[in-house]
Amino acid sequence: MNAAALRSTSRLTGAALRALLVLTAVTGVLYPLAVTGIARAALPGNAGGSTVEVDGRTVGSALIGQAWNGPDGRPDPRWFQPRPSAGGYDAPASGASNLAATSPELLRLVEERRAQVAAFNGVRPAAVPADAVTASGSGLDPHISPEYARLQADRVARARGLDPAAVRALVREHTRGRPGGFLGEPVVNVLELNAALHEAAP
Amino acid sequence: MSPILAGVLQVSALVAALALVHRPFGDYMATVYTSPRHLRAERWIHRAIGSDPDAEQRWPAYLRAVLAFSAVSTLFLYLLLRLQDRLPLSLGFRAIDPDQAFNTAASFVTNTNWQSYAGESAMGHLAQTGGLAVQNFVSAAVGMSVAVALVRGFARSRTGTLGNFWTDLVRGVVRILLPVSVVAAVVLVAAGAVQNFAAPQEVTTLSGAVQHLPGGAVASQEAIKNLGTNGGGFFNANAAHPFENPNALSNLWEVFLLLVIPFSLPRTFGRMVGSVRQGYAVVAAMAAIWLCAVVAVTALEYAHPGAAAQAAGGAMEGKEARFGEGASSLFAVSTTMTSTGAVDSAHSSYSALGGGVLMLGMMLGEVAPGGTGSGLYGMLVIAVIAVFVAGLMVGRTPEYLGKRIGAAEMKLAAAYILVTPALVLCFTAAAVALPTPPDSTLNPGPHGFSEILYAYTSGANNNGSAFAGLNADTQWFNTTIGLAMLLGRFLPMVFVLALAGSLAGQKPVPDTAGTLHTHKPLFSGLLVGAVLVVAGLTFFPALALGPLAEGLS
Amino acid sequence: MSPTSSVPRPEPAPHPAPVPPAPAGPGRRRTAGGLLDPRQLAASLPDAVRKLDPRVMVKSPVMFVVEVGSVLTTALAIADPGWFAWAVAAWLWLTVLFANLAEAVAEGRGKAQADTLRRARTDITARRLTDGGEQRVPGTALRVGDLVVCEAGDVVPGDGDVVEGVASVDESAVTGESAPVIRESGGDRSAVTGGTRVLSDRIVVRITSRPGETFIDRMIALVEGAARQKTPNEVALNILLASLTIVFLLATVTLQPFAVRAGAEQSTVVLVALLVCLIPTTIGALLSAIGIAGMDRLVQRNVLAMSGRAVEAAGDVSTLLLDKTGTITLGNRQAAGFVPVDGVTARELADAAQLSSLADETPEGRSIVVLAKEAHGLRARREGELGHVAFVPFTAQTRMSGVDVTGPGAAVRRVRKGAASAVDAWVAERGGTVPEDARRAVDAIAAEGGTPLLVAVEDGGGARVLGVVHLKDVVKHGMRERFAELRRMGIRTVMITGDNALTAKAVAEEAGVDDFLAEATPEDKMALIKREQAGGRLVAMTGDGTNDAPALAQADVGVAMNSGTSAAKEAGNMVDLDSDPTKLIEIVEIGKQLLITRGALTTFSLANDMAKYFAIIPAMFAAAYPGLDALNIMRLSSPQSAILSAVIFNALVIVALVPLALKGVRYRPAGADAMLRRNLALYGLGGLLVPFAGIKAVDLLVSLVPGIGS
Repeated sequence: MNAAALRSTSRLTGAALRALLVLTAVTGVLYPLAVTGIARAALPGNAGGSTVEVDGRTVGSALIGQAWNGPDGRPDPRWFQPRPSAGGYDAPASGASNLAATSPELLRLVEERRAQVAAFNGVRPAAVPADAVTASGSGLDPHISPEYARLQADRVARARGLDPAAVRALVREHTRGRPGGFLGEPVVNVLELNAALHEAAP
Repeated sequence: MSPILAGVLQVSALVAALALVHRPFGDYMATVYTSPRHLRAERWIHRAIGSDPDAEQRWPAYLRAVLAFSAVSTLFLYLLLRLQDRLPLSLGFRAIDPDQAFNTAASFVTNTNWQSYAGESAMGHLAQTGGLAVQNFVSAAVGMSVAVALVRGFARSRTGTLGNFWTDLVRGVVRILLPVSVVAAVVLVAAGAVQNFAAPQEVTTLSGAVQHLPGGAVASQEAIKNLGTNGGGFFNANAAHPFENPNALSNLWEVFLLLVIPFSLPRTFGRMVGSVRQGYAVVAAMAAIWLCAVVAVTALEYAHPGAAAQAAGGAMEGKEARFGEGASSLFAVSTTMTSTGAVDSAHSSYSALGGGVLMLGMMLGEVAPGGTGSGLYGMLVIAVIAVFVAGLMVGRTPEYLGKRIGAAEMKLAAAYILVTPALVLCFTAAAVALPTPPDSTLNPGPHGFSEILYAYTSGANNNGSAFAGLNADTQWFNTTIGLAMLLGRFLPMVFVLALAGSLAGQKPVPDTAGTLHTHKPLFSGLLVGAVLVVAGLTFFPALALGPLAEGLS
Repeated sequence: MSPTSSVPRPEPAPHPAPVPPAPAGPGRRRTAGGLLDPRQLAASLPDAVRKLDPRVMVKSPVMFVVEVGSVLTTALAIADPGWFAWAVAAWLWLTVLFANLAEAVAEGRGKAQADTLRRARTDITARRLTDGGEQRVPGTALRVGDLVVCEAGDVVPGDGDVVEGVASVDESAVTGESAPVIRESGGDRSAVTGGTRVLSDRIVVRITSRPGETFIDRMIALVEGAARQKTPNEVALNILLASLTIVFLLATVTLQPFAVRAGAEQSTVVLVALLVCLIPTTIGALLSAIGIAGMDRLVQRNVLAMSGRAVEAAGDVSTLLLDKTGTITLGNRQAAGFVPVDGVTARELADAAQLSSLADETPEGRSIVVLAKEAHGLRARREGELGHVAFVPFTAQTRMSGVDVTGPGAAVRRVRKGAASAVDAWVAERGGTVPEDARRAVDAIAAEGGTPLLVAVEDGGGARVLGVVHLKDVVKHGMRERFAELRRMGIRTVMITGDNALTAKAVAEEAGVDDFLAEATPEDKMALIKREQAGGRLVAMTGDGTNDAPALAQADVGVAMNSGTSAAKEAGNMVDLDSDPTKLIEIVEIGKQLLITRGALTTFSLANDMAKYFAIIPAMFAAAYPGLDALNIMRLSSPQSAILSAVIFNALVIVALVPLALKGVRYRPAGADAMLRRNLALYGLGGLLVPFAGIKAVDLLVSLVPGIGS
């Protein structure tokens, strides 16, 4: 490379570096700070992680699913159970199983889960909805389908010694329809339902 | 309301919103790239860069600037990742390994955002916000600049100049990406997305367990990640993560964001070449392919073929309850067709044929509607090829927008369409033939092959989504996918800018009744055909051994 | 022919162009076929085999790949014999051979013509004029500027211009037209072509070409295809085909590792078969034949294009410059109306005019008779009906013609028609006067570019003027439609004329041309061409005079008339041997047809791949993944039969399309959109569907062979 070409290359590289640094300042510092400022001022709850408080202490985020196990590490019948998770509801390890729809491994898991959910709730295996036997995309799905929630209501009522009708009413109360009437699917937020359950019968 | 009706309404609402917005937004972008005036902020930036914003560049100079900026960006990001442990705001994460740092730097600079790491367990705030999110902005702006340069090649005559890269880059960031991102981010926060610089928060749950809730500048990064068709998630689960994509409304908003620039740029193109109908013909072809794929994947997911999905009674593996099959399919098609690569559901768990359509969406060259900028220039190159064959069929030397498509132009267009198939096929073949890379696959049989094929398709086409069962954090995959991303991004840019220069130098051929009209529905149809023939035919054998073998068995 | 001539003469050359110049008119478009005459195929076979030389094949990247594949499969068949390998190898060789055959057949048609031309060129002795007298030298010894003399019976030894004398010349050796033409010194009819024969008189010719570079030499090279270079569009198309070939090469080569992983390793023979089926062999095989045939179609119409580039440019032409006289109008004036003076009816005038023209065999005279019949129902009378009739023929001195009728009683009625001044004098001589309204009519007709003929009569009532016959230049039949057609094709026509603007406007409107250039000088013409070209338009024109030469050179397509000067022929990039300026329109159409044929066959070739995939992919992989048998929608009998059928179809389709390549696809002038829709439906959709039927049919036949079907 001759001297002139070298000079022009270094001049260009210098310009590129300066451009990157200036744009980093704008988009990497000013922009996130501005958005954070607006968010903190206008929507502090959301910006902070939509935390849920029960009895004055934070018990999780409405958006992050949790495992509802007993001390033995097995599903606790006193709580509404979430969907299966590929990461076991470990918040810093989000992710899916990535098993194929044709995967024999997934087929085995689905059949196991169906049997487990049916036995756990005392229902026919055929009554178990799809979301109850499949792991979510994030591994942190905070929701279950209304069908799965209804299916669990009697079991929860039994375990807590509550009136099944009251628990079913709670489920109805916490069933959220599709936003706008047609977006996504109707869901029940497990943490919010369990928190309401906790408040109803601690 | 039945899920199917809801799905139809959802797609209709999206189409309506895009139809409404693409005109004013496309016109606005045309103004941005043609206005002679500079904002005061832009003048400051140009002074800092040390460039004359009004100096016209010929194609080699424009290309050199693109390459220099991207090279510096890659190096800068690489160092940022390699030195993470010694820089502030690292959240205590260690330095990224060399091969993964190379892969990640290449990935974000090329607008791919392939991620062989899990964001929440590897990247601190500085790397995420000061490194990765910055590239989300500038790599998108680089793509738009190159597209605009090609459009100028069509619009200009008897000149060799294509504009000024620094001006286009700065305007793209300052006047388009930044303002829309601020609005988009605030909307996402309103929907529930997180936006803070806090460390993970430890909580004790009602059942007595301990949970760590992550924080971060998520909404601001989510906005530009979609708007710039980048796709790199703050979290490993990407847009399936409730902090990135809290509900079905935010989901539709994100789909809208990732489609809005690619679907509006044809309008910009039409404005700049002086005939909005030319833009309509291009956007119609893009929309037709996109819509067909949406219908196909949605129908397949509702039908949920595959033994495991059948046993489960629905294709909900890897999908979030709040989205369901319909919203997930819409997101999946839109993200693969736009080179975004964000995912709100696990593509690997889609039905075999549905996943095949997603893969095909990328194989078509990311043109329906494609990435920010890259979709438009990709489609225009395909248009050049379509015009060539069709032009011959009307008995004239083919011309597009008054520019003759001669041997020089054809050489560049042909080279362009060669690049990605060559990269995808050669790298996949090498990976399959070598002993160890296949060990990275999660699923057996043809789906395992699909994982590898998907990875290189995604990399070379700068998409970034994955059949994520593949463990891609190996030296082999980090290095080869990194190379595929770099070559798949910058080689086509070389050909596009050379083509632009060649077109800009021509004098226009006047339009007559004997001219092939490229603003009619017939041409849109031709464009769709050319996309399918040029890209689709190449990958048919490979698809046969992956999704087709899996789906038809 | 002169009995004293000692120059050895070649035998009169047979007609070189077997297809006579086709009648112009919008109805006829298809060139004569008769292309796959088995004798011609047999004659072309040695050439086709010679072309298997890899150094020749490499010029066509697609077919070169097929040839490499053929060698490879043959080697594999030798190493590991089996009927399948041998069958594939054989059909791959046939594929290459068919491609070469197509080219050889296309070239063969030019060769016959070249041989005829060669005969006209051999062994000419020239009579070179030297200071002292005359010297006999071989034709090859002539230099530019030499003067040679040719007398009746002599063959003109080289191209040149007549500088002295006038002679009738038989140009059939070059043009195929047997009627002799006049060549004279000076003016626009001074060019003579080497190899033509002087029939009468004596001329002196200044030689303008070097030996070996004469018009005939160039013609031979052109029709033989020796001078053939790839045209710009052909180069661009070749690039596209090459890149598609590379893409499919990659797709095939990388398929093997994929197949191995799937546990379905493929034999190299199968992979080569897949590759050959996928790359665009159909268009690759026929591309050069299409180009040669395009040139040949021009030659059949007696037009010589100096380069393929010119033929292609003809398709792109957007402005046609057409000379008025001879191209748009018939070139001779015809009666268009009778204008009687006061007191005379039009019928009387017509009657007199007809009478005076009965013996007038000029086109003008005949047209008066015709008009009288058409306009006034006056049939032509025979001599007997009129009593004694004495015709007075037209002479340059009197500038009148007419008739003296001696009726019953020896009353003589004299009728005259002619130029105004002559008739004026004739009437005055006989004591009559020309009325004012006749003068006004004469001036009015002259003012709008027509020619007035006064008609006068002298009988018992003295000499008087009856009226004026309006002669004017008549637009050729069908030109209006032709121009409308051109307009639909996006071509603007500009009429060039030396007439004044008023006349030009009238003719332009009548003919329906888009624009006109009146009182055109060569400089005006040049300026017009440059103006059009500056706007990005391609211009075509015809010309014959030396002063046309600069414009012919400037135009993108310059068609020189063979009857013109050598300067014009040098400057243009085409020569029309029939010297028919209307042919420019046909030349444009041939140019378009050439491009359309390439585009259509490319589309067809690419669309074919779909069916081939559906034949070959399930055949390759249904064993490993039985589900893929669902792709075998043609239900082909066995994997091997499926692959072989695809290969055989791929080869046969080349043969099937050779006639189309040579004839060109059907071309009907239409707007671009209509044309595209039609060609897409035909060659795109057809290309998609035909191979499904074709491969299935071949499979049915192949599976009849024992041991193949299962």
